[in-house]
Amino acid sequence: MQNHAYRSRQLALPLAAVFAAIILAAGTLFGFAGAANAQQTTASSDRIWQDLKGDVFGDRAILVDSGVVRIEAPKRAQDAAIVPVDIYIDLAKTPDGIKSVTLIIDVNPAPVAATFQIGKDAGVTHLSTRVRVNDYSYLRAIAETQGGELHMAQTFVKASGGCSAPAVKNQDEAMATMGQMKLRQFPPQETMTKVQELQLMIRHPNNSGLQRNPLTQYFIPAHFVQKLSISQADRPILSMEGGISISEDPNFRFDFKAHGNGEIQVEAIDTDGKVFRNQWPLEAAGL
Amino acid sequence: MPIDRVRRKLVSGFACTAVSAAMLPCCLGRAALAAAGGVEFKVRNVADGVFALQGVDELMSAANQGAISNLGVVVGTDAVAVIDSGGSLIEANALLAAIGKITAMPVRYLINTHMHPDHIFGNAAFQEIGATIVGHHNLPRALEARGAFYLQSFRQQIGDALMKGVEIIPPTLLVDDRLQLDLGGRMLELRAWKAAHTDNDLTVFDSATRTLFAGDLVFVGSLPTLDGSLLGWLRQMDALATIGAARVVPGHGPVPADWPEALTAERRYFEVLARDIRKAIADGMPLSEAVKTAGASERGKWRLFDEYNERNATAAFAELEWE
Ligand SMILES: [Zn+2]
Repeated sequence: MQNHAYRSRQLALPLAAVFAAIILAAGTLFGFAGAANAQQTTASSDRIWQDLKGDVFGDRAILVDSGVVRIEAPKRAQDAAIVPVDIYIDLAKTPDGIKSVTLIIDVNPAPVAATFQIGKDAGVTHLSTRVRVNDYSYLRAIAETQGGELHMAQTFVKASGGCSAPAVKNQDEAMATMGQMKLRQFPPQETMTKVQELQLMIRHPNNSGLQRNPLTQYFIPAHFVQKLSISQADRPILSMEGGISISEDPNFRFDFKAHGNGEIQVEAIDTDGKVFRNQWPLEAAGL
Repeated sequence: MPIDRVRRKLVSGFACTAVSAAMLPCCLGRAALAAAGGVEFKVRNVADGVFALQGVDELMSAANQGAISNLGVVVGTDAVAVIDSGGSLIEANALLAAIGKITAMPVRYLINTHMHPDHIFGNAAFQEIGATIVGHHNLPRALEARGAFYLQSFRQQIGDALMKGVEIIPPTLLVDDRLQLDLGGRMLELRAWKAAHTDNDLTVFDSATRTLFAGDLVFVGSLPTLDGSLLGWLRQMDALATIGAARVVPGHGPVPADWPEALTAERRYFEVLARDIRKAIADGMPLSEAVKTAGASERGKWRLFDEYNERNATAAFAELEWE
């Protein structure tokens, strides 16, 4: 019954169709709040993925370890609430570039952590963020090329246990500062290129919900940034949809190729419909 | 939920041993012993009417029965207060049995110093005997967000047997800022802190003996773990140090410890960690790189350093990036 109520609430979300399918798939495996007591293994994580991938990608072929995309995360994550993950795109192997990257965490109650759209000619080859991981799990990056091919890389993370729960550490602070943003601009490593690095930070509790309150058995309401767009000179660099498993205070660091001197603009929308906007001048990047 | 059979057996078993202990004050100078599941729990006398059970400096495991944190007992002329319930029902019931050897007074209060499993997994044993559970006003919220995860992840870590009967039971008497509990002949002063070790830290001060139960705001010898706010912890350390205690029962480490000297090493560790992380952030180093070396000069000075330092560094990085 609780599941039912939960699903109808999720359906109110713009991404409901995708989520609902995924949650249903995962729900049947888990009975939600981690009723699976045995530790997940590479094999059990893989089984979840096999059941899940049709819901997300239909029957499209997925090329594994082709080198187009690479994913890195610590083998043993120290803090289940903040697991750093790096995704690399090899533009030499995909001359037309990448359209999107989907980040999947098999064992999380909603395994699709986020989908990133990459701007054409934005030159993004590296994206790092931080995610919540509920248990031992594969983290997967599935890149879609401009030509429509799917390429996947995966890495197994042992992230569980102890008292480092995937929850907000300082709830009062998180609510008081929600919506604040910070942008760091790192100059190009090589003076002749225009490739620089940005780091966007957004204050938000980014609660994934999906945990059942052990006291009331109700699900804790989800509250997270579900849409994000970052552009420069009105050209999209990176946008995100989903974001349910992105850590508290969402944090994205990526490289990109600036076009002219136009400012950097950011818009974020959370599951409550709150909109957060900000812009910054592009710092001189050895033009 | 039906009470688990093992627990019932333990409770009744201990009830028998408690009968002989009604002649109390004579026992006050002595340590009380209780054994459960092959682990001996030694409750030692810390000051007049004040007792503590010292946990081992390990991660919770089936072998140590979850008994890794320090638990406290304060005996008044009317009632007893217990500080933290331990990491399993077995530990909690062993503590209750030991208290039964010390005094016939009822355990009226269980005070939870914060949300972590090694401090709250024994709560059901105290609810069972009708004790009022007391905690920080943020504790129910914190347990809501983490309870299901704790029950799942610790089942993996310590096993089904030790998890039997463990429930997440929130406090019903909440401390907004300060609260006094009268045990008869002595007052306990409870104080709710701003985010530090967690965002629900509570300390307990026994004014009669000037004994401070610091919960996990104080770690001695065993590496402090950060699950709240590094800056909040450092900021409040001065206020903590001004508490006029004669001794402290830290959340982890030797019982009792000198006060306020017990804070010295912990403060140094967090200052080193903050310095290293701030430098990494200024240098543009990503989190995944920075946490590999931050705080490294403290290795060898703490037990459980390799178990927790990188995790602390991760949390510290995410927090200090916003300075
Ligand atoms: Zn703790």
